[in-house]
Amino acid sequence: MGVFFDLLVSVLTQGFIYALISYGVFITYKILDFPDLTVDGSFPLGAAVTAVLLTNGANAWLTLGAAALVGAAAGLCTGLIHVKVGVRDLLAGIITMTALFSINLQIAGSNLMVERSIDTIFNTPLLGDLPLIYRKLVLSFLLVVLFKLALDWYFRTKNGLVLRAVGDNETLVTALATDKGRIKVIGLVIANAFTALAGCIVCQEQRSFSATMGTGQVVFGLATVIIGTTLFRKVSFVKGTTAVIVGSVIYKACIQAAISLGLPANLLKLVTAALFLLILACGRTSGKKGGVSHA
Amino acid sequence: MLELKGITKIYNPGEITEVCVFRDFSLRVEEGEFISVVGSNGSGKTSLLNIICGSIPVEAGQILVGGRDLTREKEYLRYRRIGRVYQNPALGTCPNLTMLENMSLADNKGKPFGLGRGVNRRRRDFYRQQLSALGLGLEDKMDVKLGSLSGGQRQAAALIMATLTPIDFLILDEHTAALDPKTAEVIMHLTDQVVREKKLTAIMVTHNLRYAVEYGSRLVMMDKGEIVLDKAGQEKKMLTVDDVLSLFTRISIECGN
Repeated sequence: MGVFFDLLVSVLTQGFIYALISYGVFITYKILDFPDLTVDGSFPLGAAVTAVLLTNGANAWLTLGAAALVGAAAGLCTGLIHVKVGVRDLLAGIITMTALFSINLQIAGSNLMVERSIDTIFNTPLLGDLPLIYRKLVLSFLLVVLFKLALDWYFRTKNGLVLRAVGDNETLVTALATDKGRIKVIGLVIANAFTALAGCIVCQEQRSFSATMGTGQVVFGLATVIIGTTLFRKVSFVKGTTAVIVGSVIYKACIQAAISLGLPANLLKLVTAALFLLILACGRTSGKKGGVSHA
Repeated sequence: MLELKGITKIYNPGEITEVCVFRDFSLRVEEGEFISVVGSNGSGKTSLLNIICGSIPVEAGQILVGGRDLTREKEYLRYRRIGRVYQNPALGTCPNLTMLENMSLADNKGKPFGLGRGVNRRRRDFYRQQLSALGLGLEDKMDVKLGSLSGGQRQAAALIMATLTPIDFLILDEHTAALDPKTAEVIMHLTDQVVREKKLTAIMVTHNLRYAVEYGSRLVMMDKGEIVLDKAGQEKKMLTVDDVLSLFTRISIECGN
């Protein structure tokens, strides 16, 4: 029972932290209808910057800001490549993602460990002397809720409204005398800031950065957004931001279940792909009934 | 006042598929005019609207509004002073946003979309009043998503949204063509009402010759990128559908349609 409870706490913690990626993908894929592959690069970018800053004695909370900034810059690159150079959405993301793989290694030097002696946000004295796994749970929950509220606020601003309009009807946004390209760039900047934030928190949680930690994060983000929004399709009072948190927790629970049932680590990505396909298939059949399908 | 001077528009220049739509085309639109533009497919009607709005570039010529040269101005910037209603009712509104959100967007047209509140509750009554002028009951659908309304209702909302802020021109791009005859009639009537009430300058492209004759203060017929009929004022009032139709048929036979 104790083992199961620890696993549950771990799944929730992972689900909450990685939900920040889901926020990013929610903005790009669900709102802007822009399949943004930058995620696979901006997630480890946030982790790389965090690992280097922590190792050099920076304050753990400041790394959150630094990671968000570099993530925003990555989103800006993808956005400008798409809008100014006119490269297709998918390819623009691939270009930035590819470049970031090298950039991340340049930043971190190699795979990097954060020493036990270095304080992370999870060592904060604010949480008293709670055991570490509960500290992680409480803090990741607080962060995911805080950022959810911030996003919900943003979606209600004029800028947030016109961002939703760009994904809905680009022609109308042009007719509103507004540069739709600029709005798309803003969306990509915010989305990748969130993704890099996730990388930053994951790096502090597991005390390491690896160059390949970004692989599959786009798929994770897409899957959680589709799980979340499909699940709450009929429930209008649940906001998209809440739905994707639930999606993220469910996804992490599925992966944890697979591992607990003795799945070899080498097969993990295969299971991930199968799970994603299953979710898309389910989303499609229920989409037919609902009329509108985004999957 | 809008002036097109010596416009030349060529699609796919230098390629086998090259098509010249306009060669040295000129048109002058006076303030307060309501022009109906008719003509067969390929006569350049929609290209004309796209050139005015900046949706497509021109090879030569000038577009002047009130003496100011707009030829090189970006499309989205031109819309600061232009409202446009499209043939497809889905293009004029956001289907996944509510009526209140759609109206709020239109209300903020041309201003920066910053971090202020997206929906101003105090403007709600103003939006309701604007919508109630249509007489379609849209003012009671403020919290309904536009995607769940009919094509006619969405087109009516699009008309109000396009004219909510002060504009120099209202561009109507076959805006009744996708509607059933009865709804088209209603929308056409509302358009006339809005244009009169807000004293707008309007350019309407239509395939409906009766609308072109009945509504508006000037009628222009186009053929192969040239104006073949241009009547305003008293002359326009004397025109009958039969006059326009006979000229239209003659042109069509000449080009073998």
